[in-house]
Amino acid sequence: MKRPDLAQLTRFFTGDPQADRMVPPTGYTARLTLFSAAAMAFLAVFALALALATGRMAVRWGDELARTATLRISAPTDQIAAQTAAALRVLSQTPGVATARALGPDEQRALLAPWFGPDLPLEALPIPQLIEIVETRAGFDAQGLRLRLSAEVPGAVLDDHSRWRKPLVHAANSLRLLGGVAIVLIFGTMAAMITLAANAALAANAQVIAVLRLVGARDGYIAQAFVRRFTLRAISGAFVGSVLGGLAVALLPAAQDEGGFLTGLGFQGLGWLWLLVIPPLAGAVAFGATQFAARTTLKELP
Amino acid sequence: MIELENVAMSYGGGELLSDISLRLAPGSFHFLTGPSGAGKTTFLKLCYGALLPSAGQVQLFGTDLRQMGRDDIALARRKIGVVHQDVQFLDHLSVAENVALPLAVSGRDTLDQEVNLRELLGWVGLKARADALPPQLSGGERQRAALARAVIMSPEVILADEPTGNIDWEMSQRLLQLLVELNRMGKTIMVATHDLNLIRAAKGQVQARVLRISNRRLHLAGADL
Repeated sequence: MKRPDLAQLTRFFTGDPQADRMVPPTGYTARLTLFSAAAMAFLAVFALALALATGRMAVRWGDELARTATLRISAPTDQIAAQTAAALRVLSQTPGVATARALGPDEQRALLAPWFGPDLPLEALPIPQLIEIVETRAGFDAQGLRLRLSAEVPGAVLDDHSRWRKPLVHAANSLRLLGGVAIVLIFGTMAAMITLAANAALAANAQVIAVLRLVGARDGYIAQAFVRRFTLRAISGAFVGSVLGGLAVALLPAAQDEGGFLTGLGFQGLGWLWLLVIPPLAGAVAFGATQFAARTTLKELP
Repeated sequence: MIELENVAMSYGGGELLSDISLRLAPGSFHFLTGPSGAGKTTFLKLCYGALLPSAGQVQLFGTDLRQMGRDDIALARRKIGVVHQDVQFLDHLSVAENVALPLAVSGRDTLDQEVNLRELLGWVGLKARADALPPQLSGGERQRAALARAVIMSPEVILADEPTGNIDWEMSQRLLQLLVELNRMGKTIMVATHDLNLIRAAKGQVQARVLRISNRRLHLAGADL
């Protein structure tokens, strides 16, 4: 099939009123098609929101956690100060480390407070010293740093957070994939529904098709009457569905720290533009499905 | 224009027609007769490309039917007007729109055709019924509407399958009259009918040849009628 040019596309939407009248109007399959397109678009909005939100989350978690690391120095009390100084010196020489800072006693106490209460006599306990490392964008070579530290600061343990980060990013990416699969399934189901509806319409109009064939109508002419109808129905149904879905997403509670990732479900900024993609996509799916159904049916007729 | 050469047609094992050769000359008038079930309708369907022969060759306007795509057949049908016994219309459109349907599907429904349409409806005596819906027409009116629809594209050939099957003698005469007039205008006509009176009535007005299908073959019957 040759590629339709712009004029052909315009003609498709403005339509040939004569050709449209050839097929009798059908009230109830029309409403069913509209409804399924709207429902599928509504679901597609949520799948899209899920995919986008988890995508953002994966990037955020990856970024935030990837660019920090913690060095823990466990040593006999009298050596801690010396080892901390040595570790800070090593870190200051390590490429990829933006800043390295030993946490003060108050900060360490604050970190432990949830577990031991605020009145912890920190000085009396062999608490390891923590050093917070912030990486540059390029990051450092964790393996090399570990080797060097093990030689110069025997009590140091480097934690680059990858233990936490990896499963989280992995989970977020899986969710995003799930969102994508849901979108594909939704549009696949829409194609199936429209194919069934189109087949029903073609079967119901067998006499119309036979008459049109007898008086010399080309298959393309007959198919177009059906294709145009179903495509426009799918577009308008999907438009209504995406508007309602968009409203529903907008009315969800805003992202909160306490709520975790679920409340982050939604669109941000330019992400809302994705909603505009749904109706034309539904139209394209309906066009393809009806075209296929019509051509297949017509080929069987004399 | 329509040529059949050694055509055979079989449905699921049994052969209905065999070894049929015929060349429809421009301007000729043929009757096709034979007992019902002999294959008259099948024969006509072969002539307008609704069926492919099981053997032999059918040529429409110089092209082998087997070489023609679906669109080619659609285009050929614009030059062949077909009238069926149980004629079908688009029941939600008016008689006038149904008659103009061939123009619409071929993109020729321009304003100057409007006059032709009125004239044609007057010719078949349906001017008053132009805005009626097909289910409201009587049997005779349906046949005349079908004839008008078959000729509006000014086709070269008109194939009619038992056009008088459902209508009374007077109306049959009128329909025959219209077919004879078309033939005088140079159209090639083929009428399948088992009504011998109709054939006798035509003989006085037009040089008609009578073809008879019997025992799966096509015979020229003429003198005995």
